Amino acid sequence: MKPFIIILSMFFVGHLTAQSRYETGMQKGLEQFGAAKSAEDMTAVSAFFERIGDAEKDKWLPYYYAAQTNILVGWMNPKADKDKLAEKTRELIDKAEAIEKNSEIYCLRQMVAVQQMTVDPMTRWQSYGAEANKALENAKKADPNNPRIYMLDGQTLMNTPEAFGGGKAVAKKLFEKSIELYGTFKPVSPLHPNWGKDQAEKLLAACQ
Amino acid sequence: MKKYTITLLLICLVLVAGAQVRITGSVTDNRGRILAGASIAVKNSYDGGLSDSTGHFSFRTTEKGAQVLVVTSVGYKPVEQAIQIAQEPIEVNFQLKEEISELKAVVVTAGSFEAGDRKKAATVLSSLDVYTTGGANADITAVVKTLPGAQQVGEQEGLFVRGGAGYEAKQFIDGTLVNNPFQASVPDLASRGRFAPNLFKGTIFSTGGYSALYGQALSSALIMESIDIPDRSEATASISPIFLGVGLQKVASDKKSSLGMNYGYTNLVAYFQIVKQKPDYFKMPQLHNADFNYRFKTKNGGMVKYYTMFGSIHTGLRRPNIDDPSLKNALELNNTNWYNNLSWRENLGGGWKMNLGLGYSTDHTRILQQIQNAQNQAVTTGTPWIDNNNFNLKTRSDLSQIKLVFDKRLSGISVLRFGSEYQYFYNRSNYNNLQASLTDHFKSVFAEADLYLTNALAAKIGTRFEHSSLMNKANIAPRLSLAYKTGKGAQMSIAYGVFYQKPENTYLYATTNFGYAKASHYIVNYIKQTTLQTFRIEAFYKAYDGLVKTTPTYFSGGKGDAKGIELFWRDKKSIKGLDYWISYSYLDTKRDFLNYPKELQPTFAANHTTSLVVKRFINKINTGFNFTYSYATGRPYYNIMQSGSSYTIADQGKTIDYHNLGFSFNYLTSLGKAYAVIVGSVTNVLNAKQVFGYNYSHDGSRKDAITPPAPQFFFLGLFLSWGVDRRQDAINNNL
Repeated sequence: MKPFIIILSMFFVGHLTAQSRYETGMQKGLEQFGAAKSAEDMTAVSAFFERIGDAEKDKWLPYYYAAQTNILVGWMNPKADKDKLAEKTRELIDKAEAIEKNSEIYCLRQMVAVQQMTVDPMTRWQSYGAEANKALENAKKADPNNPRIYMLDGQTLMNTPEAFGGGKAVAKKLFEKSIELYGTFKPVSPLHPNWGKDQAEKLLAACQ
Repeated sequence: MKKYTITLLLICLVLVAGAQVRITGSVTDNRGRILAGASIAVKNSYDGGLSDSTGHFSFRTTEKGAQVLVVTSVGYKPVEQAIQIAQEPIEVNFQLKEEISELKAVVVTAGSFEAGDRKKAATVLSSLDVYTTGGANADITAVVKTLPGAQQVGEQEGLFVRGGAGYEAKQFIDGTLVNNPFQASVPDLASRGRFAPNLFKGTIFSTGGYSALYGQALSSALIMESIDIPDRSEATASISPIFLGVGLQKVASDKKSSLGMNYGYTNLVAYFQIVKQKPDYFKMPQLHNADFNYRFKTKNGGMVKYYTMFGSIHTGLRRPNIDDPSLKNALELNNTNWYNNLSWRENLGGGWKMNLGLGYSTDHTRILQQIQNAQNQAVTTGTPWIDNNNFNLKTRSDLSQIKLVFDKRLSGISVLRFGSEYQYFYNRSNYNNLQASLTDHFKSVFAEADLYLTNALAAKIGTRFEHSSLMNKANIAPRLSLAYKTGKGAQMSIAYGVFYQKPENTYLYATTNFGYAKASHYIVNYIKQTTLQTFRIEAFYKAYDGLVKTTPTYFSGGKGDAKGIELFWRDKKSIKGLDYWISYSYLDTKRDFLNYPKELQPTFAANHTTSLVVKRFINKINTGFNFTYSYATGRPYYNIMQSGSSYTIADQGKTIDYHNLGFSFNYLTSLGKAYAVIVGSVTNVLNAKQVFGYNYSHDGSRKDAITPPAPQFFFLGLFLSWGVDRRQDAINNNL
């Protein structure tokens, strides 16, 4: 009986620690994410999430955050080579998508395309703009109630000349829709993406 | 039970708070250069770190025993190393090997400029630039003329590249030759290109040393690639005092196929009323253009594209006769052109790709010229060199062609390309009821390899074999180019190639006893490029052989050479919001051809040519302002007269320098549901006098300057597009 209980409890412990290794790892990552002050900090956070992803193999969330933080590196360091960063980001998004295709990951595709577009918007809006739109279309197909879609869409449209169908008036509607959806949005788990509400509110305020 | 709890707790503790061991080291590439930002991880654990700006890394791990370290960095092959973790700190140094990738690999750029949206070293212009170059009026050729190597020739259409004549530059769409790329024109007036720039996603302007896939162009190839499925459906309309156009482009909802059609009508009646023209137009230029396209994706991701265009032009104008100013040459031109292009690109699997191109075009021109008196009545003078101007010329020029190219992926990103081409030319001419026709079965076989030895070294090696049934002569043309990356964003290329071209039909009608004209190109270039800045310098030497001579008889005995240096600088960075490029070409060329009594600088070659293109888009007012200034030193002109059996230069000189400041603006707005662009443009803003050369009277006593029909050209137009934008639909449905 004794050996059986020991084996059983070890199994149990093993399982528990495996679960909590991922969860504690992710929590640690998200804490570091929140505390990151510089582009270097953010790069380290991205690398950490990538290592979790590589170790776990069947979880898309670590790659999701690794990609998201890598995009943020590009915004935090204006001198960063955004095309080179995007190459890495796209690699991370590919890894996430290999595990699961979902609305949140499509949103990342929009974010990376927009970042590359900003390098030379006049020349690039045709190709990267189309890519960004396509990504949001897919995101909407996967989950039309994801509030981040409308926040991201509004953000791009806000910076698009009115002559091309952009402008604050168009963007405003999207931010309102986004905030409305944030009101009912429930992340699947505490580790799932749950960001963007503050941003949407700030952007809406800027449209008033 | 207590015992077990303790055991359990112990296990937990060990797992959670195991002793940490420090792992340090450095990462370099295979040439020993520091690699920052590489990721080092203990495989299957969360522990790891990044290399810093000195290439060093340091992190702690709780893992124990036999483990594997994995080092990764974008663009490099990952490296794994087994380690044994005990109590002691571990130091490991890594060297990563670069992966040969299309994004990083050096590209052969000698002699070629690319316009398109792909990020490549050869890309200097974007598709948008074609629309926003001041004074270019959205004509691809006019934009290409702002690049180094091209001459500012205004009296006839065509690209005059590095001392070559206009007919020595050829245009290709989706791999196949375009027989009549320009609108039919009357003597001394240049015409526009036939094709709208929005048909193409990429254009390569090669000023020499181009690929073995193309031939029969002594000096230059303009290689255009048409767009695949457009992003969205749209309806368009263009309205201007000289032009009306409508278009429709429909994209299937699955985005797997699209079809489109456009119609345009040009009539210069109103414009010529307002802007005085030097020639007396008795038939105002009228043009009709209609096109249709159908494109679809095949099951395996291939692409089939069909494009057809029908165009016609009718015009008539009177100009003074040079031998007797009381008389006029009245010339009437009628032209119809039908162009067809079918291309099929397919992925065959196993690293094989196929490109099939089919083309058929037929061009019919009728030119009727009369000598008329002051009352515009046809007259005969009895003076042969005046009466020679009375003629009735009908020509027909057909080209049917097929071109098949296979691509085989070799190791890495190296590619072997080979294929074959068959062109059937049929030309018929009727000059004052004198019939003549020419048929040529022109065959070629070619092979070319793009070899990437490392990311920093690439070679393109090719050969082309051609045979013309008309001349019954064959040739073998080798091509070779190398590119070497000298630093970040910097590279050097060299190119060598032999190019052959058969004589123009005008001469072949007289005799087919010609050989090929031959040009050997030697090119060296250096490029330094960042995303927003490009610097290019290129030097070349060309040797000509077998050029057409018309004296003492028609034969392939002409020769010559050309050498020069060209500079290009584009900058979107230094001045915020301002985008500009400068190009400069120095050309030193002489050739003995046609009736030249000796080697002379040809009339289409200027020694110095420079262009400055400036663009600024002001977001606040949604308006872009574009300026283009072009300058060229004077070009030589000659009056070559026959004296007995020999030809001598009776008179010669140099034209005045050429100046042209072009301006355009484009204002973006919306009208109702349509996106609208208002475009205005003026050529030769400063009203500089432009002289392209001189025409001589028969006895050489009179010479008339060849000038543009009017010093300036004005354009104002409104372009509307009703986009069936699915994205907007989607938003509206969701709100």
